[in-house]
Amino acid sequence: MNQLDKLEAQSVYLLREAYKEFKSLCMLWSVGKDSTVMLWLTRKAFFGHVPIPLVHIDTHYKIPEMIRYRDAIALEWKLTMIYGENKTALDTKQTFPDGAIDRISCCKALKSDALKHTLSGTWPRYKLNHDTQKYDLDTNTAPYTGVIVGARADEEGSRSKERYFSPRDKQNDWDVGDQPPEFWNQYKTDFPPGTHIRIHPLLDWTELNIWEYIERENIPITDLYFDQGEGKRYRSLGCYPCTTPVESTATTVTEVVNELRTGKFANIAERSGRAQDKEDGGGLETLRREGYM
Amino acid sequence: MTPNNKTDQMNIVIVGHVDHGKSTLIGRLLADTGSLPEGKLDQIKAMCEINSKPFEYAFLLDALKDERAQGITIDTARSFFKTEKRHYIIIDAPGHIEFLKNMITGAARAEAALLLIDANEGVKENSRRHGYMLSMLGIKQVIVLVNKMDLVNYDPEVYSKIVDEYTQFLAQIHVTPKTFIPIAAREGENIASKSTKMPWYAGESVLSLIDDFEKEKEKDNQPFRMPVQDIYKFTEQNDDRRIVAGTIETGSITVGTPIIFHPSGKKSTIKSIEVFNAAAKQKAGVGGAVGFTLTEELYIKPGELMCTQNELQPKVGSKFRANIFWLGKAPMIKDKKYKIKLGAARGNAYLADVVTVLDASSLVSDTQKIKIDRNDVAECIIETIRPIAFDLNHDIETLGRFVIIDDYEIAGGGIVTEKISDENTVEKGAERRNFTWTKSKISPEKRARNMGQRPCLLLIIGKQETEKYDLGVALEEALFNQGKTVYFLGISNMLLSMNRDARRRNTEDRDEHIRQIGEIAHIMADAGTIMISAISEIEDTEASTLKSLVNPYMVKIIANGNTDLYDQKADLIIDTQASVQDRVKTIIDFLNSEETFNPKEI
Repeated sequence: MNQLDKLEAQSVYLLREAYKEFKSLCMLWSVGKDSTVMLWLTRKAFFGHVPIPLVHIDTHYKIPEMIRYRDAIALEWKLTMIYGENKTALDTKQTFPDGAIDRISCCKALKSDALKHTLSGTWPRYKLNHDTQKYDLDTNTAPYTGVIVGARADEEGSRSKERYFSPRDKQNDWDVGDQPPEFWNQYKTDFPPGTHIRIHPLLDWTELNIWEYIERENIPITDLYFDQGEGKRYRSLGCYPCTTPVESTATTVTEVVNELRTGKFANIAERSGRAQDKEDGGGLETLRREGYM
Repeated sequence: MTPNNKTDQMNIVIVGHVDHGKSTLIGRLLADTGSLPEGKLDQIKAMCEINSKPFEYAFLLDALKDERAQGITIDTARSFFKTEKRHYIIIDAPGHIEFLKNMITGAARAEAALLLIDANEGVKENSRRHGYMLSMLGIKQVIVLVNKMDLVNYDPEVYSKIVDEYTQFLAQIHVTPKTFIPIAAREGENIASKSTKMPWYAGESVLSLIDDFEKEKEKDNQPFRMPVQDIYKFTEQNDDRRIVAGTIETGSITVGTPIIFHPSGKKSTIKSIEVFNAAAKQKAGVGGAVGFTLTEELYIKPGELMCTQNELQPKVGSKFRANIFWLGKAPMIKDKKYKIKLGAARGNAYLADVVTVLDASSLVSDTQKIKIDRNDVAECIIETIRPIAFDLNHDIETLGRFVIIDDYEIAGGGIVTEKISDENTVEKGAERRNFTWTKSKISPEKRARNMGQRPCLLLIIGKQETEKYDLGVALEEALFNQGKTVYFLGISNMLLSMNRDARRRNTEDRDEHIRQIGEIAHIMADAGTIMISAISEIEDTEASTLKSLVNPYMVKIIANGNTDLYDQKADLIIDTQASVQDRVKTIIDFLNSEETFNPKEI
């Protein structure tokens, strides 16, 4: 087995373990490359099926192509597609840069808070109706107790400390100092009521692994990752006020792979275009403790 | 894959006593191999400037605020570097005793280890403990780095004293290190290239020696083992495949191979190897997360161990000798029910006996201790409630090790060293109970003749809850009206009486429920009564447990309707389309054919 085969097998194992152990399970899909690879791995794990609902947190500041791409894939792959949002913050414009708040507070409101309440079912969830191709209010408001997330350890400092199965308490808090041991492919799958578990099947993948795998498997990825003729492409996708494209003329997956392997980005961190990382001295740790992915 | 693709990758862990320089070494390795992402170094340097602290290599690893505040690594950070030969993931494992579970988490992911010893401080408690843990975790490639040689003026005598002392320790636990290297991580001596400060050292630098670590050999030539992680039947889009899914631990398998599942002992043959979005495969090998369909579909549950029929079989039993390391806050004690996970199997287990408790850092053993405290290593006897399939650790490593769950947490890990014949199984217990049972003057035969019936347990299984109940009650009434001595015991009634304190029904209590049904049925049968009960489904092991408990009386399993794939253990299958009266008649006909009533010979 080569490295990609091993990573794939490990992720499949983790996804199956999550599916077996958690009754109320969902997968976060940002529609970025990592969580799309994770979705592809889910189809591998379950032989073409996706028996886990996909949850997307819509900040309404996402680049519009991302939403179109999300719905097209959801319909084609017959996904149980759910989205949630922070309606109050959006309605009252408590957002960056319109409102008088900084980037971190905006992230907290539109991502962390929206996520927390969408997962717990306390804010409305919207579910894709495959017949009408529209979103309806989801009648299921049960909290999700297992949440599959596409975080990678190489992204930034706080993520390198994550477990594959990482418990969160009732307040969504992550106790970095007291994490469960993990060895011999055995994970924390027993947990007291009220807590929930985040599962990280991509923890050991690097950005390069992700692109090599997209290339090998021919996974459909949104065009935003490629140069559309202006000499720019997105390396990491987020909300448009806080995500800037990088200078690059890569138009294909292979060109992206080469850029990362030996080219101009071989030594530049992926999230260097994400402004919110720099406002917080501890990487994203403050946000992550409050539930940021 | 393109030929210039250098994704050959190895995980190495760096362990050792607290403050012996692990983070500094990693920082140095990253810098010396030019592996620092540009953004990261700037970020850390800027942070140091803001906080008016001089930059140190260790800061690169201490990415979290918590850590910088405490000045020690509290968790397993990962970082990446590459040499000409391959990519490395370095796992920095904390040296503080309090974080042993994090050290184990880090080390368990590694294929090789660098163990650091401070030249100035010498061999310390965790130098030894970590060495021991590496051997338990199965990490066989170890290089020992004697660090901070600059603090002892690069003195070869200090170095060789440590080498001698530590080699002696490792020999006791049967670990042979690849080599020792004297280094000064902060100064970069013997890290990327050979140091000029230690001409007396004839060996190579760290970077050159880690490239000599070998990739773990794939265990293709071992007997085939696949823990059954799950069984899938996704009916959407008219998919009628029933797929047995899992990850192959050892060996390989081809389509058409006869297979056997343990502990159930059920047999079938590989019909297909299922893959998504790729050509069908004829062969599957080690490490693959795969799925199979079988020629004869079986009712098996996740947790079974799939093996080939013609290779070495695993052990099946409920008692084994093991070496355990304990991480739990509460000690491991006898007579407490724990959960065990071994491969895909989950079950309940007890600590049956503590043979000896070992201090992993001094290797002093204590044979008087009856519990296993946090950070202890112990030889002990583990007993599972149900039989479990396993291998001895020295035969097939991954199926000879397990974890113990205490109060929701993974509290310990162990390796299986020997199977022990089990005397405390339900079967043996029932035999002993029958042997010492106070016998009545009325023999079972006399009672049966007198009452005109052979006592037994009639167990109705089936999916529809109310139907089974209705059927059981109707059968009881019909037999009663024929003058039989019969009693219907609903499971809920049993729970109300025997299990009044049980707060909730869960799988852990299920073993106990089965045992209780068996014991009650045994007493009822001993009194000459036919007991009827109903349960939604029953596993093979549960059926055999019931039979052992009710023995010498009979258990008849009656399947109310086609119960999918477990009909084979039913003595009678009845048609759910028929009315309750007709079904009752079918059962009574069956009982008559079995000479349950007015038996001529007993």
